[in-house]
Amino acid sequence: MNAQLLEKFFAQFRNKKVMGFFGALVAFIIILYLIAWADMKPSLLVETGLIAMTPLALAAVGECINEKAGTINIGLEGILGITCVIGVWGAELFGSGVMGLLVGFIAGAFIGFIFAIISVYGRADQMVAGMGINLLALGLVAYLLMSIWGFPGIYVFSNKLVVSPIHTPWGSLHPVTIIAIAAAILAQIFLYKTLFGLRIRAAGEKPEAVDVAGVSVARIRIIASTFGAALCGLGGAFLALGWFGAIVKEISAGRGFIALACVVFAGAEPLVALGAAFIFGFTDGLASWIAITPGVKNVIPVYFINMIPYIATIVIVTVAIGRRGFPRAAGKPYLRE
Amino acid sequence: MLRRLSTISRPLVDPGIAVILGLAIGALLMLIFGYDPIAGYYWLFRGGFGSIKDIVETLAFATPLMLTAVTFAVGMKAGLFNIGAEGQVYIGAAGAAAIGGWVTLPVGIHIAAATAFGMFFGVLWALPAAILKLWRGVHEVISTIMLNYVARYLAIYLVVYWLAGPRAEVSNPAMGSARYPLLVGGTSLTAAIFVAVAFCIVVYAFLWRTRAGYELRLSGTNPEAANYAGVSVRRAMLISFIVGGLAAGLAGATQVLGRPPTWALFADLGNVIELGFYGIAVALMGRNHPIGGIFAAIFFGGLLHGGRYMEYQVGIASELVTGIQGIIVICLAVPGLWAIIRRRRFK
Repeated sequence: MNAQLLEKFFAQFRNKKVMGFFGALVAFIIILYLIAWADMKPSLLVETGLIAMTPLALAAVGECINEKAGTINIGLEGILGITCVIGVWGAELFGSGVMGLLVGFIAGAFIGFIFAIISVYGRADQMVAGMGINLLALGLVAYLLMSIWGFPGIYVFSNKLVVSPIHTPWGSLHPVTIIAIAAAILAQIFLYKTLFGLRIRAAGEKPEAVDVAGVSVARIRIIASTFGAALCGLGGAFLALGWFGAIVKEISAGRGFIALACVVFAGAEPLVALGAAFIFGFTDGLASWIAITPGVKNVIPVYFINMIPYIATIVIVTVAIGRRGFPRAAGKPYLRE
Repeated sequence: MLRRLSTISRPLVDPGIAVILGLAIGALLMLIFGYDPIAGYYWLFRGGFGSIKDIVETLAFATPLMLTAVTFAVGMKAGLFNIGAEGQVYIGAAGAAAIGGWVTLPVGIHIAAATAFGMFFGVLWALPAAILKLWRGVHEVISTIMLNYVARYLAIYLVVYWLAGPRAEVSNPAMGSARYPLLVGGTSLTAAIFVAVAFCIVVYAFLWRTRAGYELRLSGTNPEAANYAGVSVRRAMLISFIVGGLAAGLAGATQVLGRPPTWALFADLGNVIELGFYGIAVALMGRNHPIGGIFAAIFFGGLLHGGRYMEYQVGIASELVTGIQGIIVICLAVPGLWAIIRRRRFK
């Protein structure tokens, strides 16, 4: 009996996924231990990691819902940038950072809605349309910065609009981080335990079946895309209002694509994507944390430290990629025959 | 993928509609912020195409764009969404700046060596994405974008630590023997445009006149049929990445060796930044055809050049032009745009 249980216990280590997870966990603990050993606060690093995780997690969870329903939006990067500017604009309009986050959420929803209309009714090539959003943001962010505030490249807004983290005895936690974690958990439950979640997954796996059941595939995809991009928009507004306290022209700095990497890593499962977002956010935090550590700059040029999150993304995706079950109809417009 | 590559009977109608829609939304964006769209567009197009001198300048802007467009177009032809031109341009420019600015070679050989080195560096930066795609199946969107960011910091590092000349913020300018001759005095158009156009024509000939090119297109349109016919899809992808790297590296080289007045790479990469992303819009406008890309590049080059006039004369930030490009790309993503509009009207 016991031997059997033990066998079972060890059998799961042969599973590559579980091994990978434990490997990552062990590596994470070793890094934390090394940092503690070097007499630098590991809790600070976790805090930075959680902050850096938040926009990635929001964008990734949103994209998971989106891809489960069958549309792939690679314009996350652009949505993050545009909603960041609009969020700050909204915050200044209403005089409150929380309202700004809400405005970012709505702006994201709007972009997601347009994207869904184009890909569902226009039967657009979703990769191209998503890239179009990224290109649009490349110009629009700078244009809006110039047109709204008259600042080229960077704008520092009032300190009062910054949504600050909650301080607890164990460290500080940002409310939006809690929203991001909750969103991942709720999305997982929603996708697998509710009727509408089932329909979303069906729309991505076998849209014909949804259609035959008398439910509109188009409507499901539009709702999923709108909500997914809305979460991404919240993440974009958070970038400025919760994290940096300023807008720079390239504020998203590839985070949208890193979020995309999270989704690929997770096979579009929200909870796994949250974990992936934490790993990527951790490397992001690690990079900025190394950069401010005194003495490092003299040894390693800062440019190499800046590369860390991007190289880490490539490495993690390369190592972890497998035959994950992506929705079969993802990225293809549904045509009724 | 099939839909993306499907030829459309009238190749000019859809891009035309997309441009009109893009300009209309651009006008809306101008109106919202209190600018005069008519004045804005007047200066945009007058600046870009208003006089012979401006058209010549527009051609100078178009030179790198037609090359980065080839990178994206060849990727699409092989069924890849290769958006790595951006990073390959940086690295290619750094490679060209290294040979052009720091190595002394005889006249004639120098310019060829610097250009070839830039192209070689472009390929070097395309290969990791190709290897990851073929070896592990890492999607090229993620790998190429991440490599773009890595390339940016690497190129800045190279300029600051290794290539910087007497002026710290700029790499050592290309020597006289490594510069493309100026075609029209007082503008920045050099003979680099001939190299660029020739490269586009060579790529066209390769894609439509050779066996390997046919196999590349076949494996892009129908990988299963290609497999069945004994064509190696993996080899086609590798070739596509390499040709893309050559094109992007050449684009970077033209900006260093063929673009007065600096003849160098800025430490903030200011003279090569975003060229790779514009290439995506140019390629889609040109229907993923190297020759179509030349004409689309001239159009977008005009917008980029005219955008500076628009900013100077009316005060509209020239970045709006990039935004308009984005909207044009979104519109181009919809197949048969004109057909959809016509159907709605006669309903």
